Amino acid sequence: MLIRSLRDEGVECIFGYPGGAALHIYDAIFRQQDVKHILVRHEQAATHAADAYSRATGRVGTVLVTSGPGATNAITGIATAYMDSIPMVVISGQVVSERIGEDAFQETDMVGVSRPIVKHSFMVKHASEIPDLVKKAYYIASTGRPGPVVIDVPKDITAPNETFPYEYPERVKIRSYTPATRGHSGQIKKAVQLLMEAKRPVIYAGGGVILGNGCDLLTELARMLNYPVTNTLMGLGAYPGSDRQFLGMLGMHGTFEANTAMHHSDVILAVGARFDDRVTNTVSKFCPSAKIIHIDVDPASISKTVAADVPIVGAVDSVLTDMLALVKESGEKPDGEAIAAWWKQIDEWRERHGIYTKSRYRTDGDKIMPQDVIKTLYEVTKGDAYVTSDVGQHQMFAAQYYLFDKPRRWINSGGLGTMGFGLPAAMGCQVADKDAVVACVTGEGSIQMCIQELSTCAQYHLPVKIICLNNQALGMVKQWQDMQYDSRYSESLYEDSLPDFVKLAEAYGHVGMKVTKKEELKAKMEECFALTDRVVFMDISVDSTEHVYPMHVAPNGSMRDMWLSKTERT
Amino acid sequence: MRRIISVLVENAPGALSRVVGLFSQRGYNIETLTVAPTEDPTLSRLTLTTIGDDHKIEQITKHLNKLIDVVKLVDLSEGAHIERELMLIKVKASGAQRAEVKRCVDIFRGQIVDVTSTLYTIQITGAADKLDAFVQAVGDAAILEVVRTGVSGISRGEKVLSL
Repeated sequence: MLIRSLRDEGVECIFGYPGGAALHIYDAIFRQQDVKHILVRHEQAATHAADAYSRATGRVGTVLVTSGPGATNAITGIATAYMDSIPMVVISGQVVSERIGEDAFQETDMVGVSRPIVKHSFMVKHASEIPDLVKKAYYIASTGRPGPVVIDVPKDITAPNETFPYEYPERVKIRSYTPATRGHSGQIKKAVQLLMEAKRPVIYAGGGVILGNGCDLLTELARMLNYPVTNTLMGLGAYPGSDRQFLGMLGMHGTFEANTAMHHSDVILAVGARFDDRVTNTVSKFCPSAKIIHIDVDPASISKTVAADVPIVGAVDSVLTDMLALVKESGEKPDGEAIAAWWKQIDEWRERHGIYTKSRYRTDGDKIMPQDVIKTLYEVTKGDAYVTSDVGQHQMFAAQYYLFDKPRRWINSGGLGTMGFGLPAAMGCQVADKDAVVACVTGEGSIQMCIQELSTCAQYHLPVKIICLNNQALGMVKQWQDMQYDSRYSESLYEDSLPDFVKLAEAYGHVGMKVTKKEELKAKMEECFALTDRVVFMDISVDSTEHVYPMHVAPNGSMRDMWLSKTERT
Repeated sequence: MRRIISVLVENAPGALSRVVGLFSQRGYNIETLTVAPTEDPTLSRLTLTTIGDDHKIEQITKHLNKLIDVVKLVDLSEGAHIERELMLIKVKASGAQRAEVKRCVDIFRGQIVDVTSTLYTIQITGAADKLDAFVQAVGDAAILEVVRTGVSGISRGEKVLSL
């Protein structure tokens, strides 16, 4: 009944791992053809893969795990999806109803353990509820501010000897849940007026623009007004990365021009962004002269850390449609002279310290620079790959140097910062689109957190490309230790303990490549992506002393206070 | 500032833990909490008191509203309202003290609901500060046990919190 409900919900693929409490469900999977199942090697990977499947397609990712350890292994992935508002449904097996609470074998209170990191959760009490609860779970996961939903299913509920008349509901109504749709028209009017009067505007767009399918609308609005746009780490791709109006990412490792423009702006249009601490730096010093328009589907995100002058609660696509209509209708134009002066100032900032006008890192050494790896990746894949990443320096380099022109191409764990995300996420993208070019940008630290998934890639022929920026250390930890702990590298170095990644890849039946010379980087990268039907692991030795810049000065810095290199500060 | 938030939640397993969990997860404080089913058996009414500035209370109510099991809520302290709390208290009452305690109970319009030769068990209802005042009046030395229900509240006038 459960699998039938999933099929009727339109689920095409489940990522999962069987176990005692889920065996009835797995038997039902075996006896049908409509819903595909990908057997991962660790439940955490199932959640990351389903999460990335969702990020890449906009559809809800589905996970199936067993009780106890199966369920707890899924927790990190659920928290990852929760922090980034990714729609996902996790079905966990549970011990039989009458054993619950008795510390039975493989029993965990999954509803309790997952409570703080889910949008909602259900415990199924009776088999006849299954279709209704499945419908509700997918509805809740995918509407409003999306998020993960857990359905905990005791084993007896899935026993095949219990039969009930089956009917999958067409729609569902939950009296206590009415996600915001249209924005308040008065507020929208106010916002448009403020926007038209702006002299130093910035559009600050987050992951909500992608989740809320507002990218085209936002781009149209920005182009119509000729206003500069910056994206958050989660928002990359919401506005075309190679466009002239794009200032790059903002925040802790944002560009000089984006952070400085934010600091000096007089009006900020924040769309689907949440004023995260990695964006604002010290909140009390955040954009002192800016009036803030904040559009978000989640009322609790508005004025949470930074007070909004014009708050608009509503679905991003609906609000932006209304705003666009209003701008067109009014026939008003922004203050051309002021905007031209603002652009002149921004271009001057770009010229002075921007990472896109000139290389701001050392290019004369023999070592391969991590930035160059990403630039080469961008060239070789023509900027059109799905790029997943793990967490650390390589993630920031990828975010800075791979210019995403399309949404849903940059797949990373922004909120939770989960190492181990990259490889299973790449699998999720490849499952979603089997012909796509998928690159997992990772480090030798992160990749080892879910490396067992190389086996899953082999089983399902998922030819992802692993671009490992190997600096022999936990790069970001080491960078902080350099900057704040007098280079005392406490437990951030691997010494001689790293595996031979080429052999490791080969052991799983894949292709391994080692790159140590600068001049062979591009050729090897081309060779890697020419192997379209193989998993390729590129182990690239990069300069281990390199830091990610710009970087916010903390604590007590404002947005414009940045380190631009090891020695240079704004 | 102290606030009284009244919440209608689904009378479903786990609903209470979601509310309580929210408070601990986000570092909010619960002073008192009462919960019981309403005339509609599918709904429970939950009253909690908490302390915080306007910004914090706004966040609390927004986050409570986000919980799927929360149907409706109101910050009672925003308008005229009635609040009540019930206290059961056991105090030493022997010798001269016996008459003194009895007088005090009368002043606070409480009732003595159980008696032994050495103690009284007293029931007293009212706003939380009245109960505080009674506890103070009787004095720590005489008190053996205190049980309070936590605050319940309802708005004055025509305003109703229902579906």
